[in-house]
Amino acid sequence: MAESLADSASNPGHAGDDPSRRDFIHIVAAAAAVGGAAAVAWPLIDQMNPAADTLALASVEFDLSKVELGQEVTIAWRKQPLFIRHRTPKEIAEAVAGDHADLKDPQTDADRVKAGHAEWLILLGSCTHLGCVPLFGQGEYGGWFCPCHGSVYDTSGRIRKGPAPLNLAVPEYAFLNDKTVKIG
Amino acid sequence: MTAHTTYEPKTAIERWLDTRLPIVRLGAEVLEFPTPKNLNYWWTFGGILSFCLATQIVTGIVLAMHYQAGGASAFLSVEQGIMRDVNYGWLIRGIHANGASMFFIAVYIHMFRGMYYGSYKAPRELLWLLGCVIYLLMMATAFMGYVLPWGQMSFWGAKVITNLLGAFPIIGKPITTLLWGGFAVDDPTLNRFFSLHYLLPFLIAAVVALHIWALHVPGNNNPTGVEVKSKADTVPFHPYYTVKDGFAIGVFLILFAVFIFYEPDALGHADNFIAANPLVTPAHIVPEWYFLPFYAILRAIPDKLSGVIAMFGAIAMLFALPWLNTSKVKSMRYRPTMKIYFLIFVAACCVLGWCGAQLPDDPVIGGLGKTFTLIDSDLNSYVWLSRIATAYYFAYFLLITPILGLRETTSPVPDSISKPVLAGEAAKKD
Repeated sequence: MAESLADSASNPGHAGDDPSRRDFIHIVAAAAAVGGAAAVAWPLIDQMNPAADTLALASVEFDLSKVELGQEVTIAWRKQPLFIRHRTPKEIAEAVAGDHADLKDPQTDADRVKAGHAEWLILLGSCTHLGCVPLFGQGEYGGWFCPCHGSVYDTSGRIRKGPAPLNLAVPEYAFLNDKTVKIG
Repeated sequence: MTAHTTYEPKTAIERWLDTRLPIVRLGAEVLEFPTPKNLNYWWTFGGILSFCLATQIVTGIVLAMHYQAGGASAFLSVEQGIMRDVNYGWLIRGIHANGASMFFIAVYIHMFRGMYYGSYKAPRELLWLLGCVIYLLMMATAFMGYVLPWGQMSFWGAKVITNLLGAFPIIGKPITTLLWGGFAVDDPTLNRFFSLHYLLPFLIAAVVALHIWALHVPGNNNPTGVEVKSKADTVPFHPYYTVKDGFAIGVFLILFAVFIFYEPDALGHADNFIAANPLVTPAHIVPEWYFLPFYAILRAIPDKLSGVIAMFGAIAMLFALPWLNTSKVKSMRYRPTMKIYFLIFVAACCVLGWCGAQLPDDPVIGGLGKTFTLIDSDLNSYVWLSRIATAYYFAYFLLITPILGLRETTSPVPDSISKPVLAGEAAKKD
């Protein structure tokens, strides 16, 4: 620093004669301006991401004894529909049989339920195409059909036909006991 | 903008103002702007569109005084507050909601006119691009406005359209979460859409100002597509086109009033009278009519990402159009072959709009039933009709427009705007 001061003192009024020093000042000034703008822009962008209260949405517990065999209950979880389906032996058999079909998003039925609880299928009720809620009991695979763009899911919630790319998502959940699940 | 004006400040105060802020001079220049004397009624839609934008901004500001953004209050503040309780609320909302449709009718005619008469060709490429930007902003504004009443169609429309962006790998998911402000469409989404719906019309107004500026540099195109050669080809904008535009706005207002007073809900959807329910999707979800052609293109393609790319690509075609057209003749008046392809293109857009409103697997010809399955769907289905129309839509831009421009035989183009007019008069005298 002392040296550079000495340089400019020896060459008064001709600071521009040293191009590398002038370039350095330009680069530092521009970098500071870009860095400053980015530092201001980030809070303005990040404010749109989920707020703390949205992120803090708690998990839910659900009493399965309310759901009869062959029945399906839709509950709200993180503001999204969640299907809790009490599958019949026929549905389970169809789902297991589908394990060897030509699947778009290959997964076995066993991977989509908890061991020993094959009759309980818990799914996010949100079509993986564009987010509509699929309807049960329609479509040729005995499972769900999305009314928006015609995606068809089987009795394991796997995508079989239509534009959706993935199987219906299985949320993180655990059985607290035989009759209660905790989702999330 | 070169000075075309005869404006002479007469009083001392006018001279004082003119040397400091020549705003009166600017107004005089716009009014006296030399305009081709042969503009037909297809050219009145620019004025109609300015009128539409002003109407939407005025009614929108009023509605914002009564609307409450928020999942619990939005639906009631519209359906009960504005529609029943607020003085003339039904009228103001009727104008605003139907005004959006009127705006799109006018903009589509304005765009087809530009395509037919080659108004996007040099030296008006930037004018056309600014128009495309306005169209994009209009679509964003209309989409967010439709979400605000928070009915079932509002909610599910928002969900489906925002999920479109989720199709893109890696960036898709974070972008949708950023747009939603949560894990799904919810209160934060509604509030930000309201904020942006209020902002965007003013951005549109700013781009409209640029659009008009870019128009006033080369001047208007005209039905012959031949540039203005002399003063004899033009008339001053006022009174000739202020009167013509004014008359057209009057006729347009009759159509507008029919919707507002007799069929206020004809262009909407019954499901939007049901408050938003995140757990139930309406059985048949459709966007507003002005998005239907793009919706049909989206559904024509069975793969999610490809469908989304095709839909955005359909709009990108418009931006590329000035550089796809290889013809030396601007106006299709003198391009008999292209004219036919253009009319088929307009028909294809209408067919896509029709397909967008139907269930994809329904038969097109009811009595015919199932014919045979091609690839994944029955040939007699809206999916296949959409695919044929989508193929034509892209072929029009990417094949027909560039190739035909090089190979076609055009009719003789007049030397100037005045020539055919004067020749016509001479013929009449004989």
